[in-house]
Amino acid sequence: MRLLTHNMLTSHVKGAESGYPLILEAAEVILRNVDFNPEFIKRMLSKVNWDVLYQTAKAIGHLNDIPEQLQPNVENDEEFLRKAHHVLLEVEVKEGHLICPTSKKKFQISNGIPNMLLGEESSS
Amino acid sequence: MDYPTPSISHLSRKPYVNYVYDAAEDTFLFMDALQNDAILPLICIEVGSGSGAIISFISKILGPECYYMATDINPIAANCTIDTAKLNEMPQCEVIITDLVSGLKDRLTGNVDVILFNPPYVVTPSKEISGNGIEASWAGGENGREVMDRLFTIVPQLLSPSGLFYLVAIKENYPDEIIKTMKMVGLSGEIILSRKAGRENLFILRFDKENSLS
Repeated sequence: MRLLTHNMLTSHVKGAESGYPLILEAAEVILRNVDFNPEFIKRMLSKVNWDVLYQTAKAIGHLNDIPEQLQPNVENDEEFLRKAHHVLLEVEVKEGHLICPTSKKKFQISNGIPNMLLGEESSS
Repeated sequence: MDYPTPSISHLSRKPYVNYVYDAAEDTFLFMDALQNDAILPLICIEVGSGSGAIISFISKILGPECYYMATDINPIAANCTIDTAKLNEMPQCEVIITDLVSGLKDRLTGNVDVILFNPPYVVTPSKEISGNGIEASWAGGENGREVMDRLFTIVPQLLSPSGLFYLVAIKENYPDEIIKTMKMVGLSGEIILSRKAGRENLFILRFDKENSLS
């Protein structure tokens, strides 16, 4: 699971007021080489919750010098786009857990795949 | 233009044989429909990716400009999707074990450009649809519609203004009635391809938001 995917995931435990962001515990992280595609990163940035990305990357020790706040006019800042590319796409959590921020329910990440099933599917 | 069919030879071996539905006529008809459409999406989700053949195939069409996510309720199928993606050198395929799009819909509301769904469409007794093994790949309950109907209510929220929703269905699911139902939630749809495969009359349906029709 890449940090971009973590950025999109919400816990859907019934009754939990807010399931976002999920707390990420990384037991095994692998770094992949993904071809740098600046157009993709630029388009994707508008969909990313930057604060969540920053805090999560920091928590698992893969901040890669990305800034705490997303600056305006980053479209032509290749150095920034490369860092964002690395944090979004090249850091992959292979084993670990996602934890619902409200209910504290743990979801396992195994072989890079998060299991968001609740057991009995009591989701909405 | 013809795109290569993804390699899925690992499906006939352990641990996938008997646990993951192999690519069959429904899968191949889905591929034919997808390669006829040219679009430039940013986020593509396949719901119930199973073997992973379809998500791997569409990545050849849409290329690395798109972020691919696949879901499956069957953990073995989820692992199979990853293996198919790797085998076919897919740039990035994220897989999540979940029920339909649970866990994704809050953040992705209005942001998904392509949703693909080859649902469990076989008409079965309702009680057969509760599992998360290989039966989840085909058991569709009454009219084969019980699982796909649950996704239909979510699709209009997930789709981006120019987003497209592709669905596999059979005659017994009443495709014309599906199109009418989706019309009521703001999606305009049509049958874009059909094929008779043995006893199955297969259809590919495509939907978009009515206000974006050209």
